[in-house]
Amino acid sequence: MKRILVSIKRVVDYNVRIRVKPDGTGVITDGVKMSVNPFDEIALEEALRIKEKGLAEEVVAVSIGPADCQQQLRTALAMGADRAVHVQTDAIIEPGTAARLMHKLAEREQVMLAIVGKQAIDDDCNQTGQMLAALWGRPQATFASKVEINGDQALVTREVDAGLETLEIDLPAVITADLRLNEPRYVKLPDIMKAKKKPLETIDPAALGVTPVERLKAVKFDPPAQRSKGVMVKDVQELVTALRGKGLV
Amino acid sequence: MSKILIVAEHAGGKLNPVIAKCVHCATGIAGAEIHLAVFAADAAAVAAQAAQIAGVTKVVTVTHAVHANPLAATVAPQLAELAQGYSHIFGPSTTFGKDLMPRVAALLDAPQASDIMAAESATRFKRPIYAGNAIITVEVEAGTRVVATVRTASFEAAGAAASPAPIEAVSLSAALPTHTRFVSVTSARSDRPDLQTAKKVVSGGRALASTDNFKILYSLADKMGAAVGASRAAVDAGYAANDMQVGQTGKIIAPDIYLACGISGAIQHLTGIKDARTIVAINKDPEAPIFEVADYGLVGDLFQVVPEFEKLISSDS
Ligand SMILES: Cc1cc2nc3c(=O)[nH]c(=O)nc-3n(C[C@H](O)[C@H](O)[C@H](O)COP(=O)(O)OP(=O)(O)OC[C@H]3O[C@@H](n4cnc5c(N)ncnc54)[C@H](O)[C@@H]3O)c2cc1C
Ligand SMILES: Nc1ncnc2c1ncn2[C@@H]1O[C@H](COP(=O)(O)O)[C@@H](O)[C@H]1O
Repeated sequence: MKRILVSIKRVVDYNVRIRVKPDGTGVITDGVKMSVNPFDEIALEEALRIKEKGLAEEVVAVSIGPADCQQQLRTALAMGADRAVHVQTDAIIEPGTAARLMHKLAEREQVMLAIVGKQAIDDDCNQTGQMLAALWGRPQATFASKVEINGDQALVTREVDAGLETLEIDLPAVITADLRLNEPRYVKLPDIMKAKKKPLETIDPAALGVTPVERLKAVKFDPPAQRSKGVMVKDVQELVTALRGKGLV
Repeated sequence: MSKILIVAEHAGGKLNPVIAKCVHCATGIAGAEIHLAVFAADAAAVAAQAAQIAGVTKVVTVTHAVHANPLAATVAPQLAELAQGYSHIFGPSTTFGKDLMPRVAALLDAPQASDIMAAESATRFKRPIYAGNAIITVEVEAGTRVVATVRTASFEAAGAAASPAPIEAVSLSAALPTHTRFVSVTSARSDRPDLQTAKKVVSGGRALASTDNFKILYSLADKMGAAVGASRAAVDAGYAANDMQVGQTGKIIAPDIYLACGISGAIQHLTGIKDARTIVAINKDPEAPIFEVADYGLVGDLFQVVPEFEKLISSDS
């Protein structure tokens, strides 16, 4: 069966303004809104579109983390994923561990494609997809803004510093989703009901032969340096005079 | 002792200027020996530029026809092989570095620290998380090989060397995969300064409302000798090219002056401009969050303010 694996990370919602705990031991996450990582919604949307074009038969969503991740997997199922795998663990999951787990799942499920968000908006690592591709020994097309599946190859347009780059890759492969790949669909109420009946498998990392390791240990958290509030000028002339004074224009 | 290998990104025969910033970052590790690696179809010109950076003690070149367009899939196995003799492998936080370095880290079974703002020692690094709303200090066990990408906006460029470092060509045995093939790259070329390294940047948001309206920013930028940037909303709407996006998922920049026109100042945007020396904001909404970080704020309609600003800076006095 032609299958696509999509990763769904549970993260603090992008609208939440995160604050560092006063004692520097972490950030305040109590009671804040949690969501599917925005890039993962885009990844899932792309997988669903590929399936709807008849180029894949099944979309499997995976999330790694504590019990609460099932909320985000239910959202993924409501969006249209066929089934979900929850790798349940309370351990700290670095990108290296996430990639090792996803590699095992990619092999277990014999997937044609793994679509991963380009970046998790909590740790901002931007590593997991590339690491998965390396461990799997398969191509990677990161920061994708357009994907075209042609048989056992794909043509992927990537957002790079210079502009847009196009790569041709052999499948199976890893694609990481950038913001402009698509606009994810909204979940409708009946879909949420239907999603409750879709299969959600829970396993622990050991079942996939992986032990989570923490190699970059958090020592402390600091708030970012604050910029001091500047001045409001009343008109363009005043602005130009001020900037001239500093030699900026 | 630490030995640091930095990937010397280049294009069109020119070393990317951010590499000198990566070298500066590496000098944070006391007593480290710093080498640069050039992967190219013809490495001579780039290697010569790399050898001129103060602090670099050797430039290693890896020449292969496939590196005419260096791809993560083909550079990674060679870099991983070369990395055996090093304790740290650094690359810039450009799209090239972000694509390549994790692939290398996985091949080496090494942890990666992304977007480092400081290498405080061989084992301790600072990096932003949550779109820059928190800075985390992370530590690896002594003796762990570390891969990192460098948030170049956090560093000044290293200076010029008194005498150039030696250049050494190496040949490697790693097999290069053929499963990933370069097809093309298209860029909206312009004669304006490069956004990532420009001293002056004029930037526009959703308020510009069309591609055509962006011309008022191009005109001002040309007068100032500035690069032009954009918010995500402006890029998504098609008013500006994707490579102009500034922010969490676009370019992180540190110009002397950043002129934000019709940009509200979402956290994802602000994280890209935090290191600008002077931020100027023009917005018709006095409550816009951009004013909280602006050194100079002007409440007004950008379609009046920008042309008037251009006229005033063009006149002498
Ligand atoms: C995962 C993720 C990543 C993101 N990454 C980025 C990123 O890298 N970069 C980025 O920029 N955004 C990013 N965003 C989007 C970000 O949250 C904002 O939506 C975006 O920055 C808004 O762009 P804007 O300020 O142009 O538009 P708006 O927020 O719509 O602001 C437009 C502003 O223009 C002002 N205005 C309107 N008309 C005029 C006029 N005539 N004269 C003067 N002012 C006027 C308005 O008062 C308003 O403040 C990201 C979002 C997510 C979820
Ligand atoms: N714990 C996790 N569960 C599910 N997906 C993950 C997890 N960690 C990382 N990912 C995936 O990897 C992408 C990149 O994450 P990162 O490398 O942490 O920036 C995310 O967008 C997710 O798709």
